[in-house]
Amino acid sequence: MTEAVRDPLFVTFLKALVLCLLLLGAFAYMTVVERKLLARFQHRYGPNRVGPAGLLQPIADAIKSIFKEDLVMTSADRLVYILAPAISITCALSAFGAIPAGPPGSLFGFNPWIMDLDIGLLYILAVTSLGVYGIFLGGWASNSKYALLGSLRSSAQIISYELGLGLSVLAVIMVTGTVNLRHIVDIGIWSISPWLWPGLALAMVTFLISGTAEVNRTPFDLPEAEQELVAGYLTEYSSIKWALYQMAEYVNMFTAAAFISTLFLGGWRGPGFVDNIIPGMSEWPFVWLLLKMGIFVFLFIWLKATLPRLRYDQLMRFGWLYLFEIALIGALVTGTVIAFVL
Amino acid sequence: MSVLDIAKGMGVTLSHLFKRPVTVQYPEQPVQIQARFRGRHHLLRHPDTGLEKCIGCSLCAAVCPSYAIYVEAEENDPQDPKSAGERYASIYEINMVRCIFCGLCEEACPTGAVVLGHEFELADFRYQDLVYGKEDLLVGTVGSKWQRREAAAKGTDVRLGFEAGDRPELEGVDY
Repeated sequence: MTEAVRDPLFVTFLKALVLCLLLLGAFAYMTVVERKLLARFQHRYGPNRVGPAGLLQPIADAIKSIFKEDLVMTSADRLVYILAPAISITCALSAFGAIPAGPPGSLFGFNPWIMDLDIGLLYILAVTSLGVYGIFLGGWASNSKYALLGSLRSSAQIISYELGLGLSVLAVIMVTGTVNLRHIVDIGIWSISPWLWPGLALAMVTFLISGTAEVNRTPFDLPEAEQELVAGYLTEYSSIKWALYQMAEYVNMFTAAAFISTLFLGGWRGPGFVDNIIPGMSEWPFVWLLLKMGIFVFLFIWLKATLPRLRYDQLMRFGWLYLFEIALIGALVTGTVIAFVL
Repeated sequence: MSVLDIAKGMGVTLSHLFKRPVTVQYPEQPVQIQARFRGRHHLLRHPDTGLEKCIGCSLCAAVCPSYAIYVEAEENDPQDPKSAGERYASIYEINMVRCIFCGLCEEACPTGAVVLGHEFELADFRYQDLVYGKEDLLVGTVGSKWQRREAAAKGTDVRLGFEAGDRPELEGVDY
């Protein structure tokens, strides 16, 4: 395992700034990519009016949401109401920093991650969980029944599916014996023993499902159940605050995609056979992580184009009665193999 | 929902991802209109003599369910007849705001003078611009009032946004 040299503080700060801007830019273009892909799934063109092939659409959307009237309910708890979207976006943006995007020193001599935490995995789980406060406080501070019900549902959903998430991660932690994301990537969970494959595959599936629920994507996009909730916790938000929540959601989606790539698919490492084509190709920074993230983001959009939304009770039943148990079995199988076979 | 069903559904959506979009990008691409589409009216002429078919009988105005048609008739000058009958319509107006494009006028017309054509791009800014007179409806006028105004301002030809199949009632109308 290669140990990394710490970057100077100002470089870390600069990297964090660039990462935030990149994530927000990626969010902007993600909305276009998603709308275009969904449109193609439905035999439509999608946005193609603003700029060439609709590529300036996010700029038009940004201008629109910034200049829309920023409404604050008179009955709203003003401070919390304004803080809540900020909490959401802060948690979403800060989670991504722990994900390594390449070997040490590969970013112009600096490290391609913001912080090399020994508890990187726990950090991401913790910070993304903190994002629930943004949702819950937003719904509470709006002082509106739809917003409150929506935020209750969203936070209940996120908290419930965190169980499945945690148990699936447990399998990886048991196999690697570390919660440092860089070390997890270096170890390579699939190369240890074929006996571990069933348990890890199960863990990966449950992680993917609970990750989808965590980032409120179809079929778990209950906050968007308009017939029941208007717009859930977003009901009373308009203008840029609404856009901040949307940003948080998409950034969380990127984080989920990067997190699952890092945990289960070797993160920034490419497949070994590409080294036969160009030596050292599997060590290229950014390329492989972005590729894997792209696959998962496409999967999220594909799911959105296919599956209907679950009802709230179905969502809860699925989370507690099936997903939790399956993730538990995955963890148990992995643990048994480690204890008795290896 | 079993896992197999989900996989099957994902396959269905993926297969549709690679099909051509069915969207017609309307202002740029022409819309395909059915031959029986009922759009703006045309007042037809006899193709051989060039005389108007309308004899000013007002049956269209009588049958119109939304009272959109107004006709005033006058006697033809025998030396220089305007229509093939005794009388002709000196004023023939259709209010396109009121018209519901039901085609009853077309059915009621004893001489086949008024026929609903294919033009549908009738939007305009003022009510009075949506009352179409004889000069707007007679064969040879192409496009709505607004389209013709726009074309005159730009110095171009009227560009119609559709392609339509042939229809024998619309003799002499050239899209």
